[in-house]
Amino acid sequence: MKDFVIPAFPPGDDRDMGTPARTGAPVTLSIDGFEVTVPEGTSVMRAAAEAGIQVPKLCATDSLEAFGSCRLCVVEIEGRRGTPASCTTPVAPGMVVRTQSPKVKKIRRGVMELYISDHPLDCLTCAANGDCELQDMAGAVGLRDVRYEAPEGGSLANHFEARNTSGAPNPEWIAKDDSNPYFTYDPAKCIVCNRCVRACEEVQGTFALTIEGRGFDSRVKAGGAGDDFLSSDCVSCGACVQACPTATLQEKSVIELGTPERSVVTTCAYCGVGCSFKAELNGDELVRMVPWKHGGANRGHSCVKGRFAWGYANHSDRILHPMIRESIDLPWREVSWEEAIGFAAERLRGIQERHGRKSVGVITSSRCTNEETFLVQKLTRAVFLNNNTDTCARVCHSPTGYGLGQTYGTSAGTQNFDSVMQSDVIIVIGANPTDGHPVFASRLKKRLREGARLIVIDPRRIDLVKSAHVEAAHHLALRPGTNVAVVTALAHVIVAEGLFDETFIRERCDWDEFQEFAEFVSDIRHSPEMTEMLTGVPAEDLRAAARLYATGGNGAIYYGLGVTEHSQGSTTVMGIANLAMLTGNIGREGVGVNPLRGQNNVQGSCDMGSFPHELPGYRHVKNADVRAIFESAWGVEIDPEPGLRIPNMLDAAVGGSFKGLYCQGEDILQSDPDTKHVAAGLAAMECVIVHDLFLNETANYAHVFLPGSTFLEKDGTFTNAERRINRVRKVMAPRNGYADWEITQMLANAMGAGWHYTHPAQIMEEIAATTPSFAGVTYDMLEEKGSVQWPCNAANPEGSPIMHVDGFVRGKGRFIVTEYVPTDEKTGPRFPLLLTTGRILSQYNVGAQTRRTENTVWHKEDVLEIHPHDAEVRGIKDGDWVRLASRSGDTSLRAVLTDRVSPGVVYTTFHHPGTQANVITTDYSDWATNCPEYKVTAVQVSLSNGPTEWQKSYAEQAERARRVLPAAE
Amino acid sequence: MLPEKKLLRMANQIATFFASQPGPDKAERVAAHLKDFWGPEMRAELKALARSGHERDLDDLVRRALPMI
Repeated sequence: MKDFVIPAFPPGDDRDMGTPARTGAPVTLSIDGFEVTVPEGTSVMRAAAEAGIQVPKLCATDSLEAFGSCRLCVVEIEGRRGTPASCTTPVAPGMVVRTQSPKVKKIRRGVMELYISDHPLDCLTCAANGDCELQDMAGAVGLRDVRYEAPEGGSLANHFEARNTSGAPNPEWIAKDDSNPYFTYDPAKCIVCNRCVRACEEVQGTFALTIEGRGFDSRVKAGGAGDDFLSSDCVSCGACVQACPTATLQEKSVIELGTPERSVVTTCAYCGVGCSFKAELNGDELVRMVPWKHGGANRGHSCVKGRFAWGYANHSDRILHPMIRESIDLPWREVSWEEAIGFAAERLRGIQERHGRKSVGVITSSRCTNEETFLVQKLTRAVFLNNNTDTCARVCHSPTGYGLGQTYGTSAGTQNFDSVMQSDVIIVIGANPTDGHPVFASRLKKRLREGARLIVIDPRRIDLVKSAHVEAAHHLALRPGTNVAVVTALAHVIVAEGLFDETFIRERCDWDEFQEFAEFVSDIRHSPEMTEMLTGVPAEDLRAAARLYATGGNGAIYYGLGVTEHSQGSTTVMGIANLAMLTGNIGREGVGVNPLRGQNNVQGSCDMGSFPHELPGYRHVKNADVRAIFESAWGVEIDPEPGLRIPNMLDAAVGGSFKGLYCQGEDILQSDPDTKHVAAGLAAMECVIVHDLFLNETANYAHVFLPGSTFLEKDGTFTNAERRINRVRKVMAPRNGYADWEITQMLANAMGAGWHYTHPAQIMEEIAATTPSFAGVTYDMLEEKGSVQWPCNAANPEGSPIMHVDGFVRGKGRFIVTEYVPTDEKTGPRFPLLLTTGRILSQYNVGAQTRRTENTVWHKEDVLEIHPHDAEVRGIKDGDWVRLASRSGDTSLRAVLTDRVSPGVVYTTFHHPGTQANVITTDYSDWATNCPEYKVTAVQVSLSNGPTEWQKSYAEQAERARRVLPAAE
Repeated sequence: MLPEKKLLRMANQIATFFASQPGPDKAERVAAHLKDFWGPEMRAELKALARSGHERDLDDLVRRALPMI
């Protein structure tokens, strides 16, 4: 029978349906005389809500499974004894339900009376006033009187008075916990509905909360004895705050600013998960960001960054006026927009006249919208008349572009995030989703708790390897730099043991190429026994993991920058693509190859033609037919040769042939490898234009600073890691005066472009008209559907949640031989340890945004993780200052001793400019794409007294470079 | 790393990959990769380096690819 499909909610309909939706055969029942048809397994409560009838409730909410504890949702059902709870009672055919009767009304009033007898009646001054389900329910059940009172002069049994009526301290009273920077826990207001505890378990999967005690002593508790919210395992995702029906768990911003009166649905500007949020405001003052339950990527969940860390938008460091300077040793001078744009345009034109049209270029931003990115690459192609455009994907997922392009025909993840709920075996390789992509990680953990098996391939013991109710079946803790050897060994086992899916390969892939590949991987030198010495992965573990992936049901691979940021990044991506084809794990739900993209719009910036060799839609500039599309749209001739990539721009700048750069929303000085080389390249340029929210590190070398707008201040779209095009909506006017697309347009027009876009929707029209995978995308459509996944065109008018369903984009899937080549970055007597880098949950990328929020409470500085054994032989104790040195440079930071890293491996993050982890990293890079090898650097660690000479001179230079002259009268 | 040394190294890395691939057209594929991803200035610089005594620093496949770029 066909599954019953619930009609989609119109955007904006946020009603709480009480219990989660179900899929199943239709069941028809009667509720209060109305006939309702819902899927089998639906609760009576939800069925009533579908019919527009809200049964009173407190412990139920549709993000959580029914719990049946509050007894407020009782109903009467004909032929059944008693008054069953509607949240825990599934519908049955022909059921006759009454949600209102004298009997249930009396029960509900009695229940509410008991709840309210142990709740303070300070509603008017309560932060949740008007946004409190307890208040709503007291009204809904008609509670008019509370008969329970404490005796005069005696003790009382409640949880909300600090002192009882005799003046003695109330032992049941617990003070408010405001240790978390973003929300408070006020036990006095708790009704112990358990929603927060269940949200922490079911939605977030952290299990940081519990109910302590029994009966009247039951209390919500974060962590163990002596813990508060901050010291517990709580990751501050906000799911508990979202679930709380009262003011017990309350955003501090609401306490301070009041309850919001309007909301706008928009998209988070942090990681590549692309969560949908409701920005809730009073006037143009943002009060809180609440995850939107209909968000296709996040399904109502959030993490600490998107939910809470938006304060940077109003940080005092934000620059709101354009600034210029003749040279970088001078202080900045605030000027009008006209003067700044004129200055920039004149300099760029001058450079082009003197040094040729290829002497300038752009870096597009993976944090800006698709429309803005499209305009920046258009600026270089149609106004500068060259292809010198690149984007931060160069330093993260460019190998994904190359590797998946070569094997499958297009550069994108194959699945939507929902797909993981159908996976049986999940490989996570070179990614740390609980920190980097936390909302996806929560889905993944949910699936693992349902029984899916996990294989982690990572040098570090990341949280997924073992955390609450999650344990990896295999953790292959490989030596950094040996990904290709491990992935090829997995293929060796699958081929040698005959575990490959021959039918799939014959139908969907090139059989000749498969045979060449099979012959290659069958060679004994690729066996796990032969590679064990090299990779450090025990052969038996690797064999077991390969067998599990090949035979365990739906197999899905998720990977991150631990795959791409290597000399052989592209080769590993191809190796991963090989594994999925080999086992037939592509083209349906629950399987696939999924790059976890770093920044909010890094997928979009790649789609929009930010790479120097590709026009929008991943089409090479050498193709005359593709150029013709843009030549006729733009009225210019497009250069048929690829332009410069970021590292090539910097090399060319040092060499003297590249002189001018427009860098939007990207901090290459901090994020790109080999800081000294980046600095030398920037210093050699005659015009560096930085377009950003803050005076970032790159701006130390800039001549023009154009203040940027935040994601709250403009319209546009972001495309997330599942190719989902989400709307970004302007919720307030840009504090700097202009949205970023307007600023790029002003610069283009100052150079004679003659653009006249008045709204980003017009830019999307141009994208759709020129780019086949976006052909069907319009703002009207996004308004109607909420979001859509590309390709969206005549062949896929509804978009494409899963790719390569009937065949690969390139036709036949292509197996590619993946020979392991050791990196040139080798350990030796001077540099005996391997440094690998990554990030943590509370900070984002270079930290420009998150360092300017309260998130610093979790991560004030970058630290070096070192194994106790390596620390002991160097005399290093936990918390000591250590000097971290490589062939490129040195820095100093504090050490943390942990066995999360193997002996011989050290780890740090790159969130803080004071540390400058990238002064350590080398200029080695991926063979195909020049993606830097961040993940492998040979280093030495020794005790130190504090900052290195480099750090001191860097800090001095940065301070000098940030001087701003007082504004002229 | 000196810019010239880096360019030679990058070219050799590409050759190392294609050397591992089956088929008789390895040099052609090195040339195609260089043409697809390196701008003309970088290709010209590589050729100039080869002419100015660095030919012996280049992988055989790169040397064979040079006339095709």
